[in-house]
Amino acid sequence: MAAAEREIITPVVGGSELTALQRVTRSFDRDQLLWSSGFLAGLAETRANVVPLQSARGHEWHIFYATETGNSRRVAERLAGEATAAGLSTVVQDLRDVRPKVLKNIDSAVFVVATHGVGDAPEGSEPFFEFWLSDKAPRLESLDFSVLALGDSSYADFCEVGKRFDARLRELGATAVVKRVDCDLDFEKPAEAWTKQILEQASKTVETNKSAHAAHLTSVPAKPEYGREHPFNADILTRQSITGRGSTKDVRHIELDLEGSGLVYQPGDSIGVLPSNPPQLVATLLQATGLEDDVVVDVDGESTTLQEALSNDKEITVLSRPVLDAVAESHPKLRSILESRDSFSKYLETHQLIDLIHEFPYDWQPQELVDALRRLTPRLYSIASSPDANPGEAHLTVAVVNYDAYGRQHWGSASNFLAGDAASAPIYVEPNDHFRLPTDGDTSIIMIAAGTGVAPFRAFVEHRREHANRGKNWLFFGERNFSSDFLYQLEWLRYRKEGALNNLDVAFSRDQKDKIYVQHRLLEKGADVYDWLEHGAYFYVCGDMKTMAPDVDRALHSIVREHGGMSADRATEYIDDLKRAGRYQRDVY
Amino acid sequence: MSGSAITPVEEIKARSDYLRGTIEDSLADDATGALAEDDTQLAKFHGFYQQDDRDLRAERTRQKLEPAHSFMIRVRVPGGIATPAQWLEMDRLARRYGNQTLRLTTRQAFQFHGIIKRDLKATIAAINGALLDTIAACGDVNRNVMCTPLAERSDIHTAAYEVSKAISAHLTPNTSAYHEIWLDKKRVAGSEDHEPIYGATYLPRKFKIGVVIPPSNDVDIFSQDLGFIAIEEDGKLAGFNVTAGGGMGMHHGEPDTYPRVADIIGFCKPAQAVAVAEQVVKIQRDHGDRTNRKHARLKYTIDDNGLDWFREELNRRLGFDLQAKRPFRFLTRGDEIGWSLDAHGQWHLAVFVPQGRLADVGDVKMLSALAAIAKVHKGTFRLTANQNLIISGVADEEKNGVDRLLERHGVRSSDSLSPLRKQALACVALPTCALAMAEAERYLPTITDKLESLLARHGLGNEPVSLRITGCPNGCARPYLAEIGLVGKAPGQYSLFLGGNHDGSRLNKLASENMNESEILETLDRWLGYYASKRNPGETLGDFIDRKGLTLPWTD
Repeated sequence: MAAAEREIITPVVGGSELTALQRVTRSFDRDQLLWSSGFLAGLAETRANVVPLQSARGHEWHIFYATETGNSRRVAERLAGEATAAGLSTVVQDLRDVRPKVLKNIDSAVFVVATHGVGDAPEGSEPFFEFWLSDKAPRLESLDFSVLALGDSSYADFCEVGKRFDARLRELGATAVVKRVDCDLDFEKPAEAWTKQILEQASKTVETNKSAHAAHLTSVPAKPEYGREHPFNADILTRQSITGRGSTKDVRHIELDLEGSGLVYQPGDSIGVLPSNPPQLVATLLQATGLEDDVVVDVDGESTTLQEALSNDKEITVLSRPVLDAVAESHPKLRSILESRDSFSKYLETHQLIDLIHEFPYDWQPQELVDALRRLTPRLYSIASSPDANPGEAHLTVAVVNYDAYGRQHWGSASNFLAGDAASAPIYVEPNDHFRLPTDGDTSIIMIAAGTGVAPFRAFVEHRREHANRGKNWLFFGERNFSSDFLYQLEWLRYRKEGALNNLDVAFSRDQKDKIYVQHRLLEKGADVYDWLEHGAYFYVCGDMKTMAPDVDRALHSIVREHGGMSADRATEYIDDLKRAGRYQRDVY
Repeated sequence: MSGSAITPVEEIKARSDYLRGTIEDSLADDATGALAEDDTQLAKFHGFYQQDDRDLRAERTRQKLEPAHSFMIRVRVPGGIATPAQWLEMDRLARRYGNQTLRLTTRQAFQFHGIIKRDLKATIAAINGALLDTIAACGDVNRNVMCTPLAERSDIHTAAYEVSKAISAHLTPNTSAYHEIWLDKKRVAGSEDHEPIYGATYLPRKFKIGVVIPPSNDVDIFSQDLGFIAIEEDGKLAGFNVTAGGGMGMHHGEPDTYPRVADIIGFCKPAQAVAVAEQVVKIQRDHGDRTNRKHARLKYTIDDNGLDWFREELNRRLGFDLQAKRPFRFLTRGDEIGWSLDAHGQWHLAVFVPQGRLADVGDVKMLSALAAIAKVHKGTFRLTANQNLIISGVADEEKNGVDRLLERHGVRSSDSLSPLRKQALACVALPTCALAMAEAERYLPTITDKLESLLARHGLGNEPVSLRITGCPNGCARPYLAEIGLVGKAPGQYSLFLGGNHDGSRLNKLASENMNESEILETLDRWLGYYASKRNPGETLGDFIDRKGLTLPWTD
C-alpha cells in the first residue's frame, strides 16, 4: 500500500497536508478507502484545472527522438514547443540517452524516428531498438504512443526503423493514438500535419486521464523475503561484454531484473550470487577422477547425483583444508607444503581442485570427495547501478576468470556462470554500510578505482546525478589499455559533458613504457585532492586489496604531508580522522 | 536554398584565434581518443582528420566504449616530389605510429592512417623534421598543389614544378598556431597573427590547384578549382592556360549540387601564375558562399555570378588582362607504368601501386621494397595523381639494382596488368572515412576482377577503360570524370555514372541510382556487348556511351 500511496499523492499533496490526509485515513478499511477515492475524484471533477495538470505524475508527456542528421530532433523539439505552449508538461529525450526499459513506466509517448542507410537505426539508438525488438521486451499494455518515421525513399527499406518499431509496440499491447506517418527527405509538411494531429489527441487524452487517475488504486500483494538463505531468481536482462577487441581482460556488464522481488539496495551494497559451477570443469573433474556422473551421493542428508553435487552444491574451484588433508596422507610432498603457513597459503592461492587432482593422484571415492569439499558459497559483486536511476534492476561489473595454468584450463565459478547462458541467477542483496555516499548531497567525493572496482562508483555517480546533488564528483580510474579496457567510458564521458562528473583522471598501465597507475595520477593532482579534502570531500577506494589499495593509501599520506605541510605523524592523524568521520571508505577485495 | 546565417564552421573559424581553438586542451585530455567537437573542424587546417574504425562502431557502442578513434594525417608534397631521406622518414612514421601502411593520394600527397591521439604531436613534429609539413593539407584553404610529375621531359617539368612550389608556398597560411601546437614554438608576447591572403576566417571551403603538362592530363585539370595548363613553345615553358571552376563534389538527391568541369579563362606568363592564384583565392574568399557548405566551392561562385563577371573581377584585381588561351592537346590521363629514359640519359620507373596503398602483404612487401630502394636511391620519388609512384632519376648502372630490390620483395612487374587495373582509382572510404556510405578502396580489387572478365568476354581486354570508385558523392577519386564511375550510396549500393572521356574534359552522366553489384555488372555487360559490336574505329567506351545518349537498345 505504501508504494501506491506515494505514487499518487506525493507529487501533488505534501508536508502538513499529507500528514493530515494520512491521519484521517489511518483507521479506514479497504472499502472506506475505495469509497473515499471516488469521493475525492468527484471533488476533483468540480474543480477542474485547479490542480495543475503537469504536476500529476504520469501526465508528463514524453517525446523521444532518434536522429542521424538532426531532422528528427528538430521535429521533436518543435512538437515539444507547441505542446508546452498548449499547457502540456513535456520531456524531450534522445533515444541514445535513455534506458530502453524507461517505456515501462510511461503511459504517453511520442516517437520521432529516423532511418539511415539501409534500414539502420541512428547511431547510438541501436541498443534501444535492439531491446524492444528482442524477445526480452516486456508487455506495454498501458502505453499510448504515436510514431513519426523519417527516411529517404531513395534507399531500400524506407523508414524501416519507424515501421518496425510501430508494429512492435502494437504487438506488445501498446495503443497507437495517431497513425504512423512516413516522411521522405521533404519531411516538413507531413511532419507538421502529424504534429497538429498529435496535439489535438493529446489535449483529449489529458482530459480523460484527469478523472481516470483517481480510481487507479490497487493493492500490493505481500512479498516473501529474499536473502542469502532464500535467494531470488533474477532474470539476467543483459550480459554485455564491455572490454574491446584486443583486451587482455574479459569484463561483462550484467543487468539483473529485481522486479517483483521486493529487494531493495543502496549504492555501495553488493549482490550475492549463488552460481552453478562451470559444466566443462565438472566434466573435467569427473574425467580426472574417473568417477561416474550418475553415482548417488549424500549431501547434507539428501541424495543426489555426483554430477549434481559438483555442479550446484560443492566448491570445486577454490581449495580448502579438508581436501588437502585427505590427499596429503599419501603424498609427503604435499604434507610438507601444508606444514608451513606460507607455502600452504601460497598453494591455496595459486592452485585449484583440478590442479590438486592432477598433481597428487588419489583414489577418490564419490562420497569421500563430496564430504571433503566445502559447500558452494555465494560470490559478492559490488552493485554498479543506482536503484533510483534504474528502478527494478541491479547491474554488476564482472571480470570473467578464465585462464591457463600448469597446462590446464581454469575457470572462475560465478563469473563464468553470469557470463554463460543461464537465463536467471539466484541472488540476494548484501548491504555494505561501510561504503556509503555522504548523506549530504552537497558534499564532494573523490573515487579511486582500478578495474572492476569502478562498479560502485558507477552507482554513486548515477545516484547523485539522478538526485541532482550539487556535490562535485571526481573519478580516478586505472586499467591496462585505454582503447579496450576503459570500463563504462561512454557513460563517464557523457557525465563529464553534462557536469555530473566534474573531474576524470585515468591511468592505463600498459600504453607506454613506464607503468602508470591511479596512485601516480593521484599524486599529480595532489594539490587539488588536498584542497577537496579540506573542503570536506569524501575519499573512496575500490579494487585490488593487495597492491592498489596500499599504494593509494601511501599516495594519500604523501599528498597530505606535502600539500598540508604536515609531518608523517600529523598526516597519519589527519587520515585517521578522515576514517573516523567516515570520509575515507574502502571496498577492497 | 540556404538562409543568410553563416555556417557553424564559419563561427568556429572566426572564434578559433587563427586556428588555435582548444586543440592543445584536446590533446591533453586522456579520457577520450577524440578531440573536442569544434577542434575536429580546426584539425583539418593542421592536416589531419579525426576518424574511427566504422567496422567496430556499433560493437563498441554496445561495449560502452567510445568509437575507436584514430587520425588520418595528410602530408603536403607540392608537385608530389620527395627525397629518399623524406621517403625513409615517412616509412618509419607509418610503421611506428601508423597502421603499417603508407597511402599515396589522388592529390600526390602521403597519408598516414590509424594514428592515435597521443602520437599525433610526435608524428607531425617528425614530418616537419623531414622538411615536409601538414598545414593546409586539408581544411578551407588551398590544398596540396598538384603538378604532372612527367619525369621524361625534365626541363619543362622543372619549370612547371617551380611554379607549383611557388604557388604552394605563397598560399600557405601564415598563422603561428601550427608551430606553437606541434613544434613547441612559443608565441611572441603581444604578437598578433595576420593572414594577408585568407583573413581570419580563411576560405568558405577547400580550394584545389593543379599544374598540368600536356599531352598528359594526369592531374585531371578540369576537376581543380584553379588550374594551370603548361604551354610549351620552342621547347620552353611559355606560360599557362588558366582554368577555373572545376570541382567534383555533389550530394545525392540534391540537384543544386553538382560536379563541374573547369572553364579555360585565358593565358598567363609563368611569372604571373602566383599573382593569378592569389587573386582567384581572394575572389573566392570575398564572394564564396559562407552560408552553405554544400554551395561554397568556387564553381558555384562562378555559376552564381557568371563567367564574364569572374573574368572581369580577376583582371581588375590583377591590374592586367589575361591573354587569349593558347592551343594545346591532351591525350592521356594514366601513367605509363614501367621504365622510361629521358633526354639526359636518366631512367625513371613508374611503379603501379594498387589502390595507392603501400603495404607489406604476405610475400608482396611493397613498403619494404621502397624503403630498401630509398636507402640507395640518389634521385627522387614522385607521387602521381593516379596514386602510383615514379622512382625518378636512376642512373643506367643502378637500374638493375632497383629491379632486383623490387623482385626480392615480391613486387612483380606490372606488365601483365590490364589497362583497366592500371588506371583504376578508389578513395579510402570504409572503414576509416567518416563520410563513406559504401566501400571503395577495399572493393576496387573485386570489382576490377569482375570487370576484367567482362571486358575479356567481349574481346575488350586491352581497352584502357577508366574505372573510379568513391564511397560517397564528394568525389575524392574524381569519379565524375571516369568512363565508368561508381559513387557509393549505401553498403553494397552505388550510383553508376557513365560516359566520361579520356582527356578528362567531359563529365559522365548518371545512368542509374542504387545498383548492387549484379545490377552494375549486368548493365555494364550489355553496354560492353553493344560497344564491341557497334563502336566506330578507335572510339572509346566513354565516347560511345555518350554518343548513344546513355541509351541501351531494347533486348529480349
